[in-house]
Amino acid sequence: MEEKIKTTAVIDSKIPEGPVAEKWTNYKAHQKLVNPANKRRLDIIVVGTGLAGASAAATLGEMGFNVLNFCIQDSPRRAHSIAAQGGINAAKNYQNDGDSVYRLFYDTVKGGDYRAREANVYRLAEVSNNISDQCVAQGVPFAREYGGLLANRSVGGAQVSRTFYAKGQTGQQLLLGAYSSLNRQIKSGKVKSFNRYEMQDVVMIDGRARGSIAKNLVTCKLERFAAHAVVIATGGYGNTYFLSTNAMGCNVSAAMACYRKGAYFANPAYVQIHPTCIPRHGDNQSKLTLMSESLRNDGRIWVPKDIEDAKKLQAGQIKGSDIPEEKRDYYLERRYPAFGNLVPRDVASRAAKERCDKGFGVNNTGQAVFLDFSEAINRLGIDVIRQRYGNLFDMYEEITDVNPGEKASTIAGVDYYNPMMIYPAIHYTMGGIWVDYELQTSVKGLFAIGECNFSDHGANRLGASALMQGLADGYFVLPYTIQNYLSDQITVPRFSTDRPEFEEAEERCQKEMDQLMAIGGKRSVDSIHKELGNVMWDYVGMGRTKQSLETALEKIKDIRKEFETNLFVPGSQDGMNIELDKAFRLRDFITMGELIAYDALNREESCGGHFREEHQTEEGEAKRDDENFFYVACWQYNGDDTKAPSLIKEPLHYEAIKVQTRNYKN
Amino acid sequence: MDNAISFKLKIWRQASPQEKGRFETYELRDIPTDTSFLEALDILNEQLIEKGEEPVAFDHDCREGICGMCSLYINGHPHGPATGATTCQLYVRRFRDGETITVEPWRSAAFPVIKDLMVNRNALDQIQQAGGYVSFNTGGAQDANAIPISKVDADEAMDSASCIGCGACVAACKNGSAMLFVAAKVSQFALLPQGKPEAKRRVKAMLAKMDELGFGNCTNTGACAAECPKNIKLSNISRLNREFVSAKCRD
Repeated sequence: MEEKIKTTAVIDSKIPEGPVAEKWTNYKAHQKLVNPANKRRLDIIVVGTGLAGASAAATLGEMGFNVLNFCIQDSPRRAHSIAAQGGINAAKNYQNDGDSVYRLFYDTVKGGDYRAREANVYRLAEVSNNISDQCVAQGVPFAREYGGLLANRSVGGAQVSRTFYAKGQTGQQLLLGAYSSLNRQIKSGKVKSFNRYEMQDVVMIDGRARGSIAKNLVTCKLERFAAHAVVIATGGYGNTYFLSTNAMGCNVSAAMACYRKGAYFANPAYVQIHPTCIPRHGDNQSKLTLMSESLRNDGRIWVPKDIEDAKKLQAGQIKGSDIPEEKRDYYLERRYPAFGNLVPRDVASRAAKERCDKGFGVNNTGQAVFLDFSEAINRLGIDVIRQRYGNLFDMYEEITDVNPGEKASTIAGVDYYNPMMIYPAIHYTMGGIWVDYELQTSVKGLFAIGECNFSDHGANRLGASALMQGLADGYFVLPYTIQNYLSDQITVPRFSTDRPEFEEAEERCQKEMDQLMAIGGKRSVDSIHKELGNVMWDYVGMGRTKQSLETALEKIKDIRKEFETNLFVPGSQDGMNIELDKAFRLRDFITMGELIAYDALNREESCGGHFREEHQTEEGEAKRDDENFFYVACWQYNGDDTKAPSLIKEPLHYEAIKVQTRNYKN
Repeated sequence: MDNAISFKLKIWRQASPQEKGRFETYELRDIPTDTSFLEALDILNEQLIEKGEEPVAFDHDCREGICGMCSLYINGHPHGPATGATTCQLYVRRFRDGETITVEPWRSAAFPVIKDLMVNRNALDQIQQAGGYVSFNTGGAQDANAIPISKVDADEAMDSASCIGCGACVAACKNGSAMLFVAAKVSQFALLPQGKPEAKRRVKAMLAKMDELGFGNCTNTGACAAECPKNIKLSNISRLNREFVSAKCRD
């Protein structure tokens, strides 16, 4: 950290006037619109085809805009939203259990540890109901009751059942719904789809985002695209940690391109570590697999009460099913009686780490806890449990060779089934590109939606809220707010991609590719990425300290040097070069890693997914500092990746909710 | 080494669509059996890069069996020997020590090879674009519970909708037909009231597109359903045929 981090002026989040429940209605009533004839004259680039990107591209196309839609996969249907398992929240109160828009709003703000922007979250809760209506109308086959009405379940952080689901494949069904709408627009010609293209840079003309440089991943050639506005919907930055539940291709390069163009990066330290993932098995591992949070509806999390039992488990002398009920410590139920196994993810993850750090881990590495269905199977029968979680049980068995639905022992007349082993893993990133209420970044004409913006989850995201936010942004928010920006752009003609701004941007991108090819060192991209991932997990992971973060910054500096001097990219630029694609992404993960560490170092409090060990209560709970950190940390690029970024604060204002200590105990 | 095996990989290498491909054989030693098959390919690629060679290109993304990006014809089976699983869900424990494992790309006229094991499956998107949707604009939807749908129908529609669009059915079919893929989408909407208004137009448009793009026709061999990683049932094709005949009768 050569440079002192400086703080400059506050920024305008454009939150509409009025009480929180009326802001969105007021906004829509008074925003500027674009008439149908003018929509035809306006082009919009949408980068990404996940829930946010696909729903935005489809909706903008339906409205009459011309959309250029990009994805890095071979089809828009592959985006990683497809892997979301558990469900999507909506404040329908179909179960008559006391739910309301306000309660969903309140739960989300509380779940985010009072670090989200109140007005955005209220809007999210408000449109949640439209989303489930929309998806049903598209033919998304949500789970239903025998009466033919929609079924609901609970996820962490809520005391109501408001989660709609389609088996353990809700993300898949919602994404295929958005993909089908997108297909209809592609057929109609309103959306042009570019598969296997990766955005390399945003092109700026007179201070506004007016296009992009994208690489055709099949030919390895750069291409230019002009538009009146650019929307990025490129997901989170979890793969900075190398091992995460993200797909292999998930990356932060598009977001970093925006950041380098002046878009603030907000709250990068807020990284969600999901409590129920399959534990690591070895050095060759390429990714971590999530077991849905919905399992916590019926599964009970435990470790042995007796340290001797834990040692025997670690040595492989006994199995989980050998330990009877009275010798099990259901530590979440013990510590958080009101929410039990359904506490939010950050709380569940830290509690698992606490037990494992104390030596109670249950596998050979000591880095795992049990998730047990014995009680539920004994109560409801294996058929009911298999109906609910069958595909997850099969997935677990395929990976670990253990069947969680198989009876393993009977002790004192009680049947015990094989428990799953789980451990926390990097899953979702609450931080992201800063956006105002209109989802516009600090760069004019550049918008960010879905996981890649920072807006709605504060310091921790609740289960089934990611799908809700992605679709809210794409179907119901951006298509409105972007018109407020475009309304005075109707006379702006289409820009030629021969303009010098495009020329320069392409040349710069080409030079960067040439440089990566020319390093000619000895290390593969993955070997350096793994090193970065280990540093991030060990020093910027679940428990952070001032010292660990300073160490991380030092180590990442070395990794950057290693990358710049000792990387080897085989092949050429004459055709597809997957190593070159990965090298480009790793360059940005390194900068992202530093950004996470800078933010974590600055935020001297614990909140949500950000846990600074110096700041905890005597019981080990996160201790916030509202007096000094009740703000969104926005990081501004300082012209060079090796320079420390500058901090700008967006203070938070709560009108509807009283800020208090999060309590899941009673 | 305990719980580790050594094996040979006979892999299809092809530099570009224009160039001629060939099999290359590589050896992997002491691979732990809890390694996934794609992780074994990662290990191979690391070894190739170390030697200064180009890694084997293959499609993959989520690595948890849902995105449909991974493909590979392994030992004569799309997605390898495991049933109901994609290539990324295949683990080394499925193979024997000393075995030679043959790995090829999807072979189909409609799926040209891009590089090595990677093929272009854009034709599947085009079939969906022809009619795989409910024509419904964002906004203005009625309440989600306004139309009750029987649980039996909803569950069956969900089973059909589980198709991940990987193309294994096409690769498995001796005719290179995409019938199971088309049938899954047609069935999902045929089972739900939302799909009814456009049912006739949909089934005709999707089948016509399938024929146009060079996929073969269905001769009820059933290899598609046997190899489908998501266990999409052959009965979907029966439903598709029924839908098609009924649509044609109205013409």
